Amino acid sequence: MSVEARFTIQHDSFQLTIDMTLADGEVLAVLGPNGSGKSTLLNALSGLQPIDSGTIQIDGNIVDDVDRSTFVLPEHRHVGVMFQNSELFETMSVIDNVAFGLRAHGENRNAARSAAAEWLKRFSLESFAHRRPASLSGGQAQRVALARALATRPNLLLLDEPTSALDVRAKAEIRRDLLQLRREHPVTTLLVTHDPLDAFALADRVIVLEEGRIVQSGALDEVASHPQSRHIADMVGLSLVRGEVRNGTLTTAANALLVVPADTPEGPSVASIRPASVSLHRRQPEGSARNAWEMAISDLDRHPDRVRARLTGPIPLLAELTPAGADALSLAVGDTLWASVKASEVTVTPDLLP
Amino acid sequence: MTRLRTGRNRSAGLQRPPAAILAIAAIAIAFFALPFIGLLWRVPWGDAWSLLTTPSSLTALRLSIETSLWATALSIVFGVPLAWVLARYGFPGRRIVRALCLLSLVLPPVVGGVALFAAYGRRGLLGDSLFDWFGMRLPFSTAGVVLAQTFIAMPFLVLTVEAALRGLDRRSEDAARTLGASRWYAFRRVTLPAIRPALIAGAVLAWARALGEFGATITFAGNFPGRTQTMPLSVYLALESNPGQALVLSVVMIAISFGVLLSLRDQWLGGSTTGRSSQ
Repeated sequence: MSVEARFTIQHDSFQLTIDMTLADGEVLAVLGPNGSGKSTLLNALSGLQPIDSGTIQIDGNIVDDVDRSTFVLPEHRHVGVMFQNSELFETMSVIDNVAFGLRAHGENRNAARSAAAEWLKRFSLESFAHRRPASLSGGQAQRVALARALATRPNLLLLDEPTSALDVRAKAEIRRDLLQLRREHPVTTLLVTHDPLDAFALADRVIVLEEGRIVQSGALDEVASHPQSRHIADMVGLSLVRGEVRNGTLTTAANALLVVPADTPEGPSVASIRPASVSLHRRQPEGSARNAWEMAISDLDRHPDRVRARLTGPIPLLAELTPAGADALSLAVGDTLWASVKASEVTVTPDLLP
Repeated sequence: MTRLRTGRNRSAGLQRPPAAILAIAAIAIAFFALPFIGLLWRVPWGDAWSLLTTPSSLTALRLSIETSLWATALSIVFGVPLAWVLARYGFPGRRIVRALCLLSLVLPPVVGGVALFAAYGRRGLLGDSLFDWFGMRLPFSTAGVVLAQTFIAMPFLVLTVEAALRGLDRRSEDAARTLGASRWYAFRRVTLPAIRPALIAGAVLAWARALGEFGATITFAGNFPGRTQTMPLSVYLALESNPGQALVLSVVMIAISFGVLLSLRDQWLGGSTTGRSSQ
């Protein structure tokens, strides 16, 4: 195991209780609302905050253990962090930001700079090398921050809401870079986010934090189709459809058609559809909903407040109904029925993933 | 009666302060300006150069510049770590320590001089030990001038730097630590450059204050030409014997201080925190 963490941190009345492991090279997404303890978890792993009980091991080394009174300072942990707001050093040029970690580890200026230049090149940032961070866009700054974190070759990479402050285009670019990184240099990564698209694009596995506790963990598909709380359902329930947008219609690789809002930019795109905006019908719907497909129910997840159905067909979807609505349709696994979605309920973002 | 206005000044009444406030502010400006105007008016300009270049004037000028630069250097060396501790390090009694370190800011400088005497004077708390260990006598020496100036001037630097440290985003230091920087390295490469504008402003303020120091210097270091007689002391002395020289020296000091204030304003404006241009 690359990371083993079993610990608690107490903050006034808030307690964070963590029991988790990360395999070598795994990308784990931590989803959770604000105040759920995500940042505290990151600070504990990076060494910016000591734990109050328990133990943390990274790559077989105990870095924080209350009983053994062991605590490894952040600068000796080899944990790279990409902070939410980049936290680039405003007084240094971009290339000196990326070279900073190597300099801190004792490399001389020239060696550190040439290594930094390679990292900038890898993320196509070489033209910004001598700019000040203040002159970069949010997305460029985040990519520099990623290069800076990776330049020291960390054993563990922590990504703190890497896309939260960015526009749609920049979000897509960061995801593309992270995915490319994953393919070329697999680094064990913990990705903290409240954007399920980040998790879908990058993560092998997801844990959900609520009020300082891990309330659910598993493969993303599994969590999305069996969310254990209303909140998780809202957060991870999205159905994603990839394809090419032309004239307000997205065509998938399987040649299924999805009508999207008329002003959607053309090109490779990802459409996301909320389960609650999918309607189910026993007969083919008439009239306004132009997106309708005949689908089969492959899975049903029943809760007192909601019923979630996994649908297979031209466009795989998750649908969510009220228990009353589900009873009225008398849904059962294996049933065939019609699913419809209004074009205005479809959200589209550019798809930059290869 | 019509309240219609036309032409370019049509909307001037929208932003201009009330007339009464303008009038009182004008009196205040005159209050500050008149002494300097009077001084410039009284200066014997014809003899100014010869008065300024008398040996006694030049000696005082040189001594003032030397001692004030030493005091500024000491203020930086000791003031920055002090500001860091006050801004960052929580310990019981921090407020009291802080007030103590800034006390000389509000104290009559003469009282400061008396206190210095009680500590480092011949009969003072440390006076004998300093002499026994280092063969050093601070009172009535040039080193004593530097000590008195540092005592009075350092709080200006501490206040400025402490405010900057408090306003700094700690996350960038955290980022430095996760990149492998020790506390010292992070301080040197990240924190210090980030507070540089405040450090420069604080140092300039401290230097200007040291240059003008009078009360603590004359009390603790006395008034010996060439050894402890700085510009302010020699201005005060010349007032009796050679008023023309006092006026010329005063103009020099005013010019220096005015220049410092003007440059400081640019420093503050230029060094204000820069945000990210676009998110």
